[in-house]
Amino acid sequence: MSNIDKATVAKIARLARIKIADDKLEPLAGELNNILGWVEQLDEVNTDDIQPMSSVVDVKLRWRDDKVTDGDKQESVLKNAPRGEYGFFAVPKVIE
Amino acid sequence: MSKFLIQGATGDFEVVIGLEVHAQVISNAKLFSGAATEFGAEPNAQVSLVDAAMPGMLPTINAECIRQAVRTGLALGAEINKFSVFDRKNYFYADLPQGYQISQFKHPIVGEGTITLDLGDGRSKDVGIERIHLEQDAGKSMHDQHPQYTYVDLNRSGVALMEIVSKPDMTSPEEAGAYLTKLRTILRYIGSCDGNMEQGSMRADVNVSVRRAGEPLGTRCEIKNVNSIRFVRQAIEYEAQRQVDIIEAGGKIDQETRLFDPGKGETRSMRSKEEAHDYRYFPDPDLLPIEFDEAFIDAARDSLPELPDEKKARFIEDLGLPDYNASVLVAEKESCDYFEDLIAALVKKTGKDAKAVGAKASNWVTGDLFGALNKAGKSVTESPVSAEQGADLLALIEDGTISGRIAKDVFEIMFDTSKDAGVIVEEKGLRQVSDTGEIEQIIDEVIAANPAQLEQYRAGKDKLIGFFVGQVMKATGGKANPGMVNKLLKPKLDG
Repeated sequence: MSNIDKATVAKIARLARIKIADDKLEPLAGELNNILGWVEQLDEVNTDDIQPMSSVVDVKLRWRDDKVTDGDKQESVLKNAPRGEYGFFAVPKVIE
Repeated sequence: MSKFLIQGATGDFEVVIGLEVHAQVISNAKLFSGAATEFGAEPNAQVSLVDAAMPGMLPTINAECIRQAVRTGLALGAEINKFSVFDRKNYFYADLPQGYQISQFKHPIVGEGTITLDLGDGRSKDVGIERIHLEQDAGKSMHDQHPQYTYVDLNRSGVALMEIVSKPDMTSPEEAGAYLTKLRTILRYIGSCDGNMEQGSMRADVNVSVRRAGEPLGTRCEIKNVNSIRFVRQAIEYEAQRQVDIIEAGGKIDQETRLFDPGKGETRSMRSKEEAHDYRYFPDPDLLPIEFDEAFIDAARDSLPELPDEKKARFIEDLGLPDYNASVLVAEKESCDYFEDLIAALVKKTGKDAKAVGAKASNWVTGDLFGALNKAGKSVTESPVSAEQGADLLALIEDGTISGRIAKDVFEIMFDTSKDAGVIVEEKGLRQVSDTGEIEQIIDEVIAANPAQLEQYRAGKDKLIGFFVGQVMKATGGKANPGMVNKLLKPKLDG
């Protein structure tokens, strides 16, 4: 049985950059435990010698030729950026 | 070379080093998009909506990047995995628009291999390769352009990288340096990465730990993104000493990510990276596994050129080169190309066997030519003397037109003017005097002019023959054939 506690929820939220109020952590832990418990029913199935499934359809990965077919659209790339300067994205300073 | 040990106050410590090298794959387009990979473009001009992680954009794998990874694996004698999987490595940073890097975690494209280090004096050591996987590069952040903002350029975002992971088989800064040198040589030979560390197309993460002899492995620290071979050596020396100092003071090493500061020559902690270490890898649902067959691997193998180790063995075996010269030549593909062009031209001009001229030609290339290039700060591809012209000069020595001594003067003029050797020899009248009559006449004059020395010579001071040879060479401006001078002089002195 999985057991997600309040601290784990806080950690996952922090890693995913999702802000969660303190009083919501406990209820979320309960919900997540329910979901995991539900998924864990699958553990009852014997999966020895069964390859992990990577797709529900029988197709192979499509390969692309090594040709330059895209780019040269600085304006579109920066269009939705909150701030662009001299062709760069300008973001709040991140520095070590 | 003696074993590298850090001498602490309480005894000796060994250093254990493993390297993770990020090598930018040579391809026209990016790993998962059709944007160009070329270095130095306008900011964000080589960015597709896939690279900018716009919602709904899907990655499509570039076949060439798969092929280059397989070729690299084959060149390192590594196991090639016909089935490999892309995973998402999740972290947030301003130059990673997706919020995750597409990488390979559980099932990399290349498995275990080996790289043979050349440690000088004919010594070598095998270092294991753990794996090679394909992944996306991130964009580039510039922190010093604006007081409040970091500027981000996504041109590099999505360019294919090979992460080449070694086993912790290295035990000194020198071995780590030799590993990077050899790896870079191999990547350049096969053309899967340009190995340019200054431009960042090859960067190393260095894992360092220390232990007392015979003890199990110590806790390691990872020094991120070191961008020159010299800095890798310096970082290891500093880091190993730092760890020994902590242990001897009764402390313990924290496993952490560190940064090398080339200005101060020291490493320091990157605390901000610690939490981000929880990458929560999972298979990328946008990409199916990479699969290929034996024929694909065979074709990749057929595309490989002769590799440096094979070339070196052939130079020694078939061309009679000294081990040292062979090592110097194979270190750079361009040096090899020059030498092989020169040998081919020389064989054609002299009609002699390659083995008969190989060693001499290698001495000239690695000595005279490389010396002059080094002094002039030029690379072999910028040489003012072409391989064909070099062969001309050596052919003139071979057929006795000029002596080796005169050839050095001719070469200097060639290097400065790019003129052909034959032209210089004619213009300056440097043709070697091999006419018996002419040399005999000069010898007679020299003997006549030095009766005292002749008397001493005849009285048993036979070392004076050197004096007479010198006088004859001087009288001919160095142009007399030295072999003939020696042959003709002795009977005349002996009377």
